[in-house]
Amino acid sequence: MATDLMTLPGTQTTVETLRRPLVDRLHEWVTTVDHKKLGLMYMLYALMFLLVGGVEATIMRIQLSAPHKDFVSPQVFNRMFTMHGTTMIFFVAMPLVFGLANYLVPLMIGARDMAFPRLNAFSFWLSAFGGILLYFSLIGASGLYGAGNAPDVGWFAYAPLTSHSFSVGHSTDFWTLSLLVSGFGSIGTAINIIVTILCLRCPGMKLGKMPLFAWLNLVMAGLVILAVSPLSAAQIMLSIDRYLGGHFFDTQAGGSAVIWMHFFWIFGHPEVYVLVIPAFAVASEVIPVFSRKAIFGYPVMVAATVAIAFVGMSVWAHHMFTVGMSSTANSFFVLSTMAVAVPTGIKIFNWLATMWGGKIDFKSPMLFCAGFLFQFLVAGLTGIMMSAAPFDWQLGNSYFVVAHFHYVIVGGILFCLFAAFYYWYPKMSGRMYNETLGKLHFWLFLIGFHLTFDFMHIPGLLGMPRRIYTYEPGRGWDTWNLIVSIGVVFQAAGILVFAANLIWSYFRGKIAGNDPWDAWTLEWTTSSPPPEYNFAVIPEVKSRRPLWDLKHPEDPDWKYE
Amino acid sequence: MQSTRHISAKLPLLKALAVLFFLASTCLAQSPTFSSPTNIFAPASTPAKSIFGLSVFVLVITGVIFVVVGSLLAYAVVKFRKRKDDDSREPAQVYGSNQVEIAWTVIPILIVVVLFMATARVIANVQKAAPDNAVHVTVIGHQFWWEYRYPGLKVVTANELHIPVGAPTEIKLLSADTDHSFWVPRLAGKTDLIPNHPNVMWIDPQEPGLYLGQCAQYCGTQHAKMLLRVYVQSQTEFDHWVRQQSQAAQSSDTASEGRRIFQATACVNCHAVAGTPAQGRFGPDLTHLMSRDTIAAGIAENNHENLRLWIQDPSRLKPGSLMPAMGLNEHDLNAVTAYLETLR
Repeated sequence: MATDLMTLPGTQTTVETLRRPLVDRLHEWVTTVDHKKLGLMYMLYALMFLLVGGVEATIMRIQLSAPHKDFVSPQVFNRMFTMHGTTMIFFVAMPLVFGLANYLVPLMIGARDMAFPRLNAFSFWLSAFGGILLYFSLIGASGLYGAGNAPDVGWFAYAPLTSHSFSVGHSTDFWTLSLLVSGFGSIGTAINIIVTILCLRCPGMKLGKMPLFAWLNLVMAGLVILAVSPLSAAQIMLSIDRYLGGHFFDTQAGGSAVIWMHFFWIFGHPEVYVLVIPAFAVASEVIPVFSRKAIFGYPVMVAATVAIAFVGMSVWAHHMFTVGMSSTANSFFVLSTMAVAVPTGIKIFNWLATMWGGKIDFKSPMLFCAGFLFQFLVAGLTGIMMSAAPFDWQLGNSYFVVAHFHYVIVGGILFCLFAAFYYWYPKMSGRMYNETLGKLHFWLFLIGFHLTFDFMHIPGLLGMPRRIYTYEPGRGWDTWNLIVSIGVVFQAAGILVFAANLIWSYFRGKIAGNDPWDAWTLEWTTSSPPPEYNFAVIPEVKSRRPLWDLKHPEDPDWKYE
Repeated sequence: MQSTRHISAKLPLLKALAVLFFLASTCLAQSPTFSSPTNIFAPASTPAKSIFGLSVFVLVITGVIFVVVGSLLAYAVVKFRKRKDDDSREPAQVYGSNQVEIAWTVIPILIVVVLFMATARVIANVQKAAPDNAVHVTVIGHQFWWEYRYPGLKVVTANELHIPVGAPTEIKLLSADTDHSFWVPRLAGKTDLIPNHPNVMWIDPQEPGLYLGQCAQYCGTQHAKMLLRVYVQSQTEFDHWVRQQSQAAQSSDTASEGRRIFQATACVNCHAVAGTPAQGRFGPDLTHLMSRDTIAAGIAENNHENLRLWIQDPSRLKPGSLMPAMGLNEHDLNAVTAYLETLR
């Protein structure tokens, strides 16, 4: 590979762009098919919704900070948890994951763009309009008859609460259509990622030489196609029930509420892996670079990911242990769920082994990854507790479950995504973030996270069910709920520091250069931010760490792989 | 170096968190100081006890895994962090090792097998049919209250379940509208009430007393105020309660005007009072209303003020309740309240 790749001038275009009038620049962003611009738009859009979802969570925590509080009405509270869940999963986590994949996969595999740039733009705008449609319910849900309102059926919207008899007005329709529309966007992007990875890898990059980030996103994209399709089908069936006289889920006409649960969770559980596998992908890039060691057990990491995806498709009914399945069915889903712990454990051990014997540099990205490892360990163990079906008969639908899945999604996935933001910010913006603010963000968020979600387990063990807008005094839940609510203050402060850091560094940060982390994958060979064409000359690789080979010609990786 | 200074603060925090988490869970398992009437670790009936036994087993295994892996992580974080006096040389590059990969694959598989077998046994034990001599109760979930019917005993009541101590009770779970879930943590795990999908569970409480719980599946606006009260009584008390509940409504002339108003307004569309023309089934059966301690699914004490307030405007106690405010004038309101207070 040619050394001049490292010093390619790519910044002139950026300077030119900044000088043009605002309307021109906006027009360029709206009509772009460039994977990097779309990736950034995905992420900015997700960050905006992260703030919205955070405000919804804050409203709920104020209401629950003490028993019999009157901060919001039950109707408003029910809308808040529905919107919080739907927003955070579909319009924060999904677009963050897709944004990262969009931006980084072509750069990491030495390609100039995604395989289908126009489909890429189309998918982004579908997802974006899905989010807008969901929030338009706040004004439009009751049509012209009066003030609108947001959906209030819960993010898994169990039948028959969604039928016309129990959900009058149009709020449920906004929920259905918004997920249907953004779901098509997700499927489009997933197809794009798969084709890009299979067809556009640079010369020399066999599947076994891809960065783990690309491998894990390939598996994620496959899961999206398998998981989002049944959800879309269910949304169409629900619309048929509501408008064309169908009876799929209409129990009053002989339909089945349980069928909805199956449809939803055969999407809903793989969805967890859709979100967590890209988080693993981030950890698999950040941990080696900041430990200064190659990833431990690359082939095993790939195999474990594929195993998680494969087994993960057959565990969905562990969300339904309380619906009255036979003991045989319950036992099957206990076994399949527990089985997922094996490949997941393997991944944790391999990351640990990567750190073992390294020289770990605890910059912000690595701090967040260390937090991720600890929290994901706890989340996995509480997951094992609930995989034991009888234990789940007690824990299911209680605050223990709420604590568990926030441990996965916030403690695991969001921590990795923060790591990703700090790690690739120099590449995306061309400037370094402020390290002190990054660390402040980490500590504030870590304290807030543990105050909120550690103590949230306890009211669950004491019998507090989820989705209640208030609770009785004298149940032993008061103190725990207050502590949980206090944690929100620290988390919010952390997020503010994070936002300030991103904005301040964009204008004032140190110029990053091509390769500020002394890293090993192809995105660090091009300029920061990369030019529109990514690489002037398509690179050629011989190993999983092309830049290591370049920097250590005396001891290249390809001799050992 | 900035990073080393910061990281030294991380360890005590990690350790403190680990200790806190485990202190919390062990306290919950052992100590009565976590006094909650709905503590899942204070079981009082066979299904809840089997679950408790399994829980402790699972907690111990996951606790050991937490300590082992958590210590490895803490050790790696401290031991292998970059130091000030480090030279700039890269550490030795290790690409993997088949032996250790096999070790950390096989050991977890063995743990999973053990956990699975322990779990499957408890599933079979709890899901087996209730003994033949069980008392049969049908629970019907409504937005937002519980209907109890004792098919063999000709008793219909609402929100407060009475069962005998020491004997098994088989509970059949139905729903009149949306999904609900029956969860009294000290007696058993939860089981959902799903329309068109009858479920069965059983309990056999061993100590008399009042056991609390509440609906555990989101069912609409007032899901939060759909509380469960289970009165476990000695066999004599239970028999006495059954005799009293299976009688027709007491009729008393003092409240005849209230009865007339009750029967002439929409009350009768939803409520039943046995032995009178009121035969509605949408709302709770009121035949023995005054024998109940609470109204509105356990959210308020059953006294004169609350009852009157409830009849006047249910949304004052429970916004979103499906019972409408009937708009009675003062006189009619007092008369209807007086009538209901005679239903013992």
